[in-house]
Amino acid sequence: MNTRLAASLTIAGVLIGMPAEAKTLRWASPTDITTLDPYAHTESFTTSMLHHVFDPLVRRGRTLELEPALAVSWKTVKPDTWRFELRRNVKFHNGNPFTADDVVASISRILDPGARARGNLATVVRAEKVDDFTVDIVTQGPYPLLLNDLAGIYILDKEWMEANGALKPGNIATGVTTAASTTAVGTGPFKVESYKPDAGTTFVVNPDWWDKPQHNLTRIEFKPVKSDATRVAALLSGELDLIAPAPLQDLQRISASPGFKVIEEPSLRLIMLSLNVRPELKAMPGQKNPLLDVKVRQAMWHAIDLETIKKRVMRDKSRTTGTLVAPPVPGYAKENDVPLAYDQAKAKQLLAEAGYPNGFKTKLNCPNDRYINDEQTCVAIASMWAKVGIQAELQTESRATYFPRQDRGEFDVSMVGWATLPPMDGFSVLSSLLTEQKDGYGGSNAGTYSNPKIEELTRKAAVELDETKRRAMLAEALKVARDTVAYIPLHQQPLAWAVRDGVDVPQFPDEYVRLWFATVK
Amino acid sequence: MFKVLISRLGQAALVMLVVSAVSFVMFRYVGDPVATMSRENASVEEKAELRRSLGLDQPLVVQYGRFLGRTLSGDLGISYRNQRPVTQLIAERLPATLELVLVATVLSLALGIPLGVLCALRPNGVAARLVQALSLIGISTPTFVTGIVLILVFAVSLGWLPSFGRGQVVDLGWWSTGFLTASGLKSLLLPGITLALYQLTLIMRLVRAEMIDVLSSDYIRFAKARGLPTRYIHFRLALRNALMPVITVTGLQIGSLIAFAIVTETVFQWPGMGLLFIQAVSFVDIPVMAAYLLFVGLLFVLINAVVDILYAVVDPRLRARSA
Repeated sequence: MNTRLAASLTIAGVLIGMPAEAKTLRWASPTDITTLDPYAHTESFTTSMLHHVFDPLVRRGRTLELEPALAVSWKTVKPDTWRFELRRNVKFHNGNPFTADDVVASISRILDPGARARGNLATVVRAEKVDDFTVDIVTQGPYPLLLNDLAGIYILDKEWMEANGALKPGNIATGVTTAASTTAVGTGPFKVESYKPDAGTTFVVNPDWWDKPQHNLTRIEFKPVKSDATRVAALLSGELDLIAPAPLQDLQRISASPGFKVIEEPSLRLIMLSLNVRPELKAMPGQKNPLLDVKVRQAMWHAIDLETIKKRVMRDKSRTTGTLVAPPVPGYAKENDVPLAYDQAKAKQLLAEAGYPNGFKTKLNCPNDRYINDEQTCVAIASMWAKVGIQAELQTESRATYFPRQDRGEFDVSMVGWATLPPMDGFSVLSSLLTEQKDGYGGSNAGTYSNPKIEELTRKAAVELDETKRRAMLAEALKVARDTVAYIPLHQQPLAWAVRDGVDVPQFPDEYVRLWFATVK
Repeated sequence: MFKVLISRLGQAALVMLVVSAVSFVMFRYVGDPVATMSRENASVEEKAELRRSLGLDQPLVVQYGRFLGRTLSGDLGISYRNQRPVTQLIAERLPATLELVLVATVLSLALGIPLGVLCALRPNGVAARLVQALSLIGISTPTFVTGIVLILVFAVSLGWLPSFGRGQVVDLGWWSTGFLTASGLKSLLLPGITLALYQLTLIMRLVRAEMIDVLSSDYIRFAKARGLPTRYIHFRLALRNALMPVITVTGLQIGSLIAFAIVTETVFQWPGMGLLFIQAVSFVDIPVMAAYLLFVGLLFVLINAVVDILYAVVDPRLRARSA
């Protein structure tokens, strides 16, 4: 009797527990996944989506700290060789076991000259199998940011790539496609069920994921919806559970609607002004460039009322800043993060001392569709400068034409946004924005800023494996940048998503959507 | 007749050549694909390498020659963004746009003709005046406003219809259709109405004008004098003749509906050709933009050529003149 009762209770329990309610999360973003091949692109939205399907060796946890994923531990055996102990009993979505061979094949695949994302692992020379669950990764000289880089490198299944002719990488730039462009076999928390560009991608949960799920989803339906108004309408009409990002102008309306809420946090992306320090200004051909004088640059900073921009233009959602990296990023130092005070008299005095008592002419170039309220911010700045005599002729244009012109150095003063991604480290600001253009450095230093101290610190920090020393170097370099007004930092732009009640999604300042932390009711 | 055909085809080829040159040159100036495709951290060397691999370092004439050669062999290139052949992308998106255009055309004819007739038969009635006034609003409201208002009313407030997407689609070979599922049909309504609105007004006004014209002609007066039934006069005699220009205009309008469905498709995230084009613009996806322009050019050239040839078939005087 008792056993029968127990048995039927067990069955009942199983029956109640079994049909675990299908928890579907439907969400939309303005952009779509570019490809399913993680090595064929360099776009951070696609990388963030593919993280649901693939695992890297190390990953970012809830507070964005690096934590073990497919590797359980690591150490540097030589300054240029890192040894990784791999996780056992991990299976790919097709049932194949995960071993060192998969890591070696994946690393070799991304090191192929044809891989679009090759630059994301630029310093790695090769990966070597030590045994089935140990792998050595060899870099060109000591390289402190290897783990940061590896956090964005997903591991593919070697057997599957061999069987499908996908050992060579795809490339969205040259149009090389492989079976991996439309099929994703990873070890991640979700599997791709269907992938239709511009119409939507569906993921289903991977019940055999090696990690203990912190989410309760069985299914994710992703739809790209480009139009802001439609995206908001679809959320409010109940067709979506989450929109990321939510347009700034609609935040009030969404939070005022019962059943919906807005979640916000400052993003890592820092908006700043890049200053041309070539001998001449485009706006003043034939004359000496006033921006060469640090007093002029300080005057320009003093003349910008950052609080007003924050309140009026950014609707109190941004965070004003005095340094070039956001607080969570290594290299950030609180003492650097103090903007020059808004002081028109001081600005005029500095201009007079520099020999421009009546100000000067310059140009201000800004995108109008790249950063949040970018055009309005520039309009405000131009009018603030006018009050101290700096006549900045404002020109705004679409990102498609703006960035190529910026790259070619056509601007005097222009807006730049920098999020330090993918490494999420202050070194990216040094190596891309603050150093001269050579040896692969200075890729986005459009104003040709240069400072010998920063050059030296950048090259030292590049090979410093002691993390405390390295961070001190970054902070020192960023202090020099602030003291010499290399760039004028404006604000950290806000990140806003909107969800219906019952959806719980943690937000991250790198703007990645990590739904393996999401729960829905 | 043969001469007409040859000269029309020659003109069509010339127009297409011009369209291809214009599209090719124009898209050199919309932006630099290298900038959108590079990593934020990319070094100068990396960007130069990418430029070389895309063939963008070659002189413009060489680039155009290659483009023309490939186009003639049916290869429209590979999309930078979707990394798939452009011809395949267009073939995939065509069903969505064509179904939307079909719905819009049917809607505008089914509503436009009766309303036009109504306005012509009772030009001073309350209904006719109301319709006339509303048609002014219809013709002057921008498409995206119409779309957003429809979404707000029918999707957000009433919750009857979906606000975006195609709903469930069924694949019939390479053609994916939304006509066979309930959610697919529901999804067609709002974008269909949005797209139909302008054409509906146009057809209504055209029918009205033509009807009024025909109704005052002699043969209608004679028919009335003979005492034929009013219904017969209005619908068999008058409407039939009034519809001739409507058919021509509808034909031409279908071309522009396909070409200018861009706004409607963006508002409703309708995965058709317009959306493909607009996504391509924001990504500076030159192969897709050029192919789209070529496709639309070809569409108009074909429609015009067919119309011209049909006119020549119908009206012998045109044949004599051009010969």
